[in-house]
Amino acid sequence: MDKLSLNQRAALLSIVMLVVGLLVWELSIPAQKAVGELTEYERLTGGGAPKAGVPPPSQVLAKAWEQLSNPFYDAGPNDKGIGIQIGYSIYRVLTGYLMAALVAIPLGFLIGMSPVAYRALNPFIQVLRPISPLAWMPLALFIIQDSEASAIFVIFICSIWPMLINTAFGVAGVRKDWVNVARTHELGPLKTAFTVILPAAAPTIVTGMRISIGIAWLVIVAAEMLVGGTGIGYYVWNEWNNLDLTSVIFSILMIGVVGMLLDAAFGQLQRAVAYAE
Amino acid sequence: MSKSFLSIENLTQRYPDGQGGELTVFENASFTVEEGEFVCILGHSGCGKSTIMNILAGLAEPTSGAVIMDGQEVSGPSLDRGVVFQNYSLLPWLSTLANVTFGVAARHPKWSRAEVREHSLKYLEMVGLKGDVVHRKPSQLSGGMRQRVSIARAFANHPKLLLLDEPFGALDALTRGTIQDELLKIWRGSNQTVFMITHDIDEAILLADRILLMTNGPYARVAESVEITIPRPRNRTAIVEHPNYYAIRNHLVQFLGIRSRELAGQPADGGMQRPARVHIDLTAEGEAEEAEPEPSGARTPPALRAVNI
Ligand SMILES: Nc1ncnc2c1ncn2[C@@H]1O[C@H](COP(=O)(O)OP(=O)(O)OP(=O)(O)O)[C@@H](O)[C@H]1O
Ligand SMILES: [Mg+2]
Repeated sequence: MDKLSLNQRAALLSIVMLVVGLLVWELSIPAQKAVGELTEYERLTGGGAPKAGVPPPSQVLAKAWEQLSNPFYDAGPNDKGIGIQIGYSIYRVLTGYLMAALVAIPLGFLIGMSPVAYRALNPFIQVLRPISPLAWMPLALFIIQDSEASAIFVIFICSIWPMLINTAFGVAGVRKDWVNVARTHELGPLKTAFTVILPAAAPTIVTGMRISIGIAWLVIVAAEMLVGGTGIGYYVWNEWNNLDLTSVIFSILMIGVVGMLLDAAFGQLQRAVAYAE
Repeated sequence: MSKSFLSIENLTQRYPDGQGGELTVFENASFTVEEGEFVCILGHSGCGKSTIMNILAGLAEPTSGAVIMDGQEVSGPSLDRGVVFQNYSLLPWLSTLANVTFGVAARHPKWSRAEVREHSLKYLEMVGLKGDVVHRKPSQLSGGMRQRVSIARAFANHPKLLLLDEPFGALDALTRGTIQDELLKIWRGSNQTVFMITHDIDEAILLADRILLMTNGPYARVAESVEITIPRPRNRTAIVEHPNYYAIRNHLVQFLGIRSRELAGQPADGGMQRPARVHIDLTAEGEAEEAEPEPSGARTPPALRAVNI
């Protein structure tokens, strides 16, 4: 045991925990009777219909195998592959998120650079920020009149705050010495913003972007449950209505995996812009 | 007087003292620096040297007073005034080389990438940084190496006025000597003016044409301007043999040790505070009064002719 590195030992422990967890889960679920073994009475009272019991992991794995081996099939509005559903969700998240970044980062720059702008905008930010993004949904649906665009709007509104606040905070906190270096070299305001302030504040800005993408991914599931049609959130809800708990559990896991990948991508970006003082 | 290259007139700096009152760092400080002159300023920590330098650089606005360079009032930073900051102020996300090319490219916007790079490498090499080191980030350098990068960045731009805030503070004696020599070489080969803050008396005597002495704050004063009457080129080891060396050194030590405290804390009473000119020369026969071998702590040792102008 001593010869394994810390990482190897941790990985080993993870696998053990996974296997034990799955085993306990598998064993704790009573096997369902096959249809042939049902009595007349059971058949009449509906006992034969798949009970909304929690499926064992073996079934979830089988489902995952089935879904992931053909993720992009499209058999009508209520039957699309998991890949297509996730694709829709990611598309909405990225669209809303990018629009938010385009607003939040320049605005955050302005707020960070100018104490007047900071004070003027602060009350609005303080009031708007704590609003649950889903609370905007009815208003968005009414004004935009389009469920797709409303979902994107909700993503926009929920991802804007962490980026805005972190950008403002990062820009305001840029060391005066570095700005002075730009000043003694007679750099103009735009050049200073791009060559000194942006790289100096980048770690804080990217942290805000990472928080935002996490929130956006949390919110899209709920938003899609509300607006319906397509997307992973709708898929979960739809499978729940079909009482297909295997699919529900499978899609929950997929939501987790995609969220993790999005976060990892921003983690990578964070490392790229980090610097040691 | 207004014909001087650099003229500091009635410079006053006050800060809120954090308890509702005011802290006057210095008041009505006035002195001049000639073109091509090498001036060092000596004073205890906290007396306001960096504050004066930031004002000269155009980075800070004095509470009142003016700085006039080349007949024009300094109203902001300029590439004509290169600064080596006390804390190096390197950009930590750029490599060592990029920290220097950053400045060179700003100075010479028309130069090609290769020219900028070559020029920067030359100056990095001059301060003893070459090879792999130039691709490292400042955080991967020692304190002395960072200071050298900062020196290279300022020197590479050939500003008319070089403002150096304790540029050699973090260097070991050997590197310090080499870079002092390089600085002198650059300065001699150009008609750059150098204004340098230092805590090291021997360094000041070696480098400067004139040393400005500051009293302690608050109400610090640039009290004296001591001419270094030792001919150039000066040599680190030979300089101590010069008859004026110890006389000047003793005067400086005595000022910093005793008089900087005694003269502290006197408001200017509205008058222009010009430094007294001190000329110590034991070689010029007849003109110089006798040197007192060990200044006894008197306010003005008799050996010195302190002439107020
Ligand atoms: N922004 C500021 N606000 C208030 N007081 C300040 C400010 N900047 C400097 N001071 C005060 O001004 C005085 C002079 O500071 P300065 O940095 O010029 O000293 P210095 O002579 O360069 O010292 P050192 O040799 O330690 O670098 C100090 O007493 C300091 O507390
Ligand atoms: Mg200082």
